[in-house]
Amino acid sequence: MAEVVTFYALSVIILAFGLLVVTARNTIYSILFLIVDFLAVALLYAAMNSLLLAMIQVLVYVGGIVVLYLFVVILVNLKRPSEQHVDPGRKSVIGGVMAAAVLAELTVIGVYNAIRPSVVPGAATDVGSVEKVGMALFTNYLIPFEVASMLLLVAMVGAIILAKREL
Amino acid sequence: MGAITPTHYVLLSAALFMIGVFGVLTRRNIIVIFMSIELILNAVNINLMAFSNQWGNSNGQVFAIFVIAVAAAEAAVGLGIILAFYRNKETVNIDEMNVMRW
Repeated sequence: MAEVVTFYALSVIILAFGLLVVTARNTIYSILFLIVDFLAVALLYAAMNSLLLAMIQVLVYVGGIVVLYLFVVILVNLKRPSEQHVDPGRKSVIGGVMAAAVLAELTVIGVYNAIRPSVVPGAATDVGSVEKVGMALFTNYLIPFEVASMLLLVAMVGAIILAKREL
Repeated sequence: MGAITPTHYVLLSAALFMIGVFGVLTRRNIIVIFMSIELILNAVNINLMAFSNQWGNSNGQVFAIFVIAVAAAEAAVGLGIILAFYRNKETVNIDEMNVMRW
């Protein structure tokens, strides 16, 4: 029961703050809402017993990426009002039809699942432990792990080159 | 309100994904568009984590870590590009980012 309540409460927080992120007029407010959103997702991971991923979510997203966004917003002058957008090629009808199609699809999936509940094994409790994830990461996924580290290095060098005033 | 099944997680993830797509399509501020992309990546991660937990397999968690690493790289490079662009054009509005369109 507690699991169900936690899930619904966190879902409401995640979706509400996600909507606030994309609708807020002020970019700084968007970033602050984004922090709450990421923390709620981290709590959702913690509720799934995946404490390692919850920690990584907080450290990397809230501690790293969001701070990067804040720096950029502070460096970029916000005082200038953003121009009103008028898209001459806007296809509202086509977009509405496609959105309705996606909604219908999701509804069908939900109804189908309510009628015929799928059989799934019960949730494992220790699958997100540091030991299990670390074992998978450093044995089966060792090469992707090294490639990811190379990617981060290249991204860091690229970001410095891009953001530097002159080389 | 039965137990929480993967369907619940998939629906939550789909809704968050749609919010992200909505932000990408409607906002003109490129910083907000980047934040919407982060929301989309988070939606994918929720899916990975839910199925990983449900099937008792750690591989989903490993892939979630990779997604987070790629998101960090993407944010660093993307924000570098935004800074470089802002220095040249004094704007973050994507309607004015049409120099390389043709």
